Amino acid sequence: MPDLGPLWLSLALAGVTTVFLLLIGTPLAWWLSGTDSRFKPAIEAVTALPLVLPPTVLGFYFLIALGPASPVGSFWLQVTGDALTFSFSGLVIASIFYSLPFMVQPLQNSFESIGRGPLEAAGSLRAGPLDAFFSVVVPLSRRGFITAAVLSFAHTIGEFGVVLMVGGNIPGKTRVISIAIYEHVETLNYGEAHVLSAGLLVAAFAVLLFVYSLRRGGRLNV
Amino acid sequence: MSDSAANSLSLRIRVNFPGFDLAVDQDINLAGVTGLFGPSGSGKSTLLRAIAGFESAAEGTLQFGGDTWLETANGICVPPHQRPVGFVFQDARLFPHLDVAGNLHYSHSRSDRSDREISYEEVVSAFDLESLLKRNVNELSGGERQRVAIGRTLLTQPGLLLLDEPLAALDVGRKSEILPYLEQLPKRFGIPTIYVSHAVNEMARLADNVVVLENGKICATGPASSILSHDNLQLSSMPFEAVTILHVTVVEHLHELHLTRVAHNGQHLTVPLIAGAANADSVRLSIRAGDVVLATTEPQGISVRNVLSGILTEVVPLEGSAFATVSVSIDGVPLKAQLTRHAIAELGLKPGMPVFALIKTASFDRSL
Repeated sequence: MPDLGPLWLSLALAGVTTVFLLLIGTPLAWWLSGTDSRFKPAIEAVTALPLVLPPTVLGFYFLIALGPASPVGSFWLQVTGDALTFSFSGLVIASIFYSLPFMVQPLQNSFESIGRGPLEAAGSLRAGPLDAFFSVVVPLSRRGFITAAVLSFAHTIGEFGVVLMVGGNIPGKTRVISIAIYEHVETLNYGEAHVLSAGLLVAAFAVLLFVYSLRRGGRLNV
Repeated sequence: MSDSAANSLSLRIRVNFPGFDLAVDQDINLAGVTGLFGPSGSGKSTLLRAIAGFESAAEGTLQFGGDTWLETANGICVPPHQRPVGFVFQDARLFPHLDVAGNLHYSHSRSDRSDREISYEEVVSAFDLESLLKRNVNELSGGERQRVAIGRTLLTQPGLLLLDEPLAALDVGRKSEILPYLEQLPKRFGIPTIYVSHAVNEMARLADNVVVLENGKICATGPASSILSHDNLQLSSMPFEAVTILHVTVVEHLHELHLTRVAHNGQHLTVPLIAGAANADSVRLSIRAGDVVLATTEPQGISVRNVLSGILTEVVPLEGSAFATVSVSIDGVPLKAQLTRHAIAELGLKPGMPVFALIKTASFDRSL
């Protein structure tokens, strides 16, 4: 029986990251869907960066930005007594950025397809902006939310380079499933590598099948 | 506060878009239904949306019944959901994630509990929504969607009702289906209403007063009867046929013939059955100038049922066309007729002549 610790760690990391991404990505996607600001293209480009950069580049900068010598890292060290790098919290922060486009882009598309019409209707029916968002926009964007959450979760499960750079390979703390597979292969332990790899393969296929069925043949626009 | 002050709308607003400029400076006393009339692109909908608070580009001041909704100079702009305005969109904009009852409850539950003069039950019965309540809104016909939309809007208990071309997206049959519901609005709910349309027949049927907008400016205001009969109004971008509005009294219904007899100052007319009007009720008839035929002697042996006698008062040739608009005073009410200049010359029609105006019963058909 292979050690399932990395699996649970991956699920925990993906779950926590997805929850934070919902909280951060929803307002960001909402702002992007409605703004005429001249900063919009720049913000969109930053959001999409993780799609094109090698994970090692992101990981390298996170290692520096979160390290004990950096303002963020030293602040965290003072408040919590732990370093951000090579810790679960550090992995969560890095994963939020790494998976951001997978949350923001489906949501933004969904919000843009709804348009301003239903919001104006809600306003004319005495619903304030926040009320209108939760009573009209959220229910109408249900598919967008499901797609965004599933993709963010799955993408976080699959990350490797960023985790290796920021978190290293500490059992129970930062050794997620992709790192564990790498280690099994390095140590020629192909049996365990097979079990974890095949598990991920099947799970990833199931997730994508679910998302595509939800969209009924629609294109995954991420 | 008197009623007239409570319903006065004070508009001093500008809305600038690239290539379009709406500038309105007008106090309007909203009694009954005020028609906002003008060609497409004249700024009617933009003005209506500015009143509701949907146009963020609107500048100036806007007051209704003593409340200030917009005062750019002092940074006041009341957001749409805090203006006591009901807005009915051309495309209804029902919420597809809610059924019909859910759409009605959406506004009902958000209205001020202490000032619910219009009840849920009353709206359901006024718009015949009982059988639709459990239906998915995507399964409704265009006419049904608008009935739900108007009902939903009334449940916000609006102090001012804004209707933005509610019939424009409907085909002819559906328009006739929804009109009776619109006609009952003023009497049944008594909310001052602004009705936007570019259709003369809708104006003639529904509006008490008309505000005419052209190229982003108000170019005429007045009672519907005088505006629509072209008194003092020439729209360069949208020539329209003059319409005479007659206020008549129901005399009797001839049910077996599907006709109603009505009286206008002692002269009688026969029109298609007006369902829902009782004897002695006052109803409004609109007559298009092109449906009126003039004769210099009382005609005999013809099928036309309606012959009104009057005095010809005015002949106004229409520049660059074969036609002229002729006014005939029917007991003091000017009836407009559109005739060819050729016919006027041959008959020798001149102001002061007694004439007979012939109107086919079919031209009173109240469907649109």
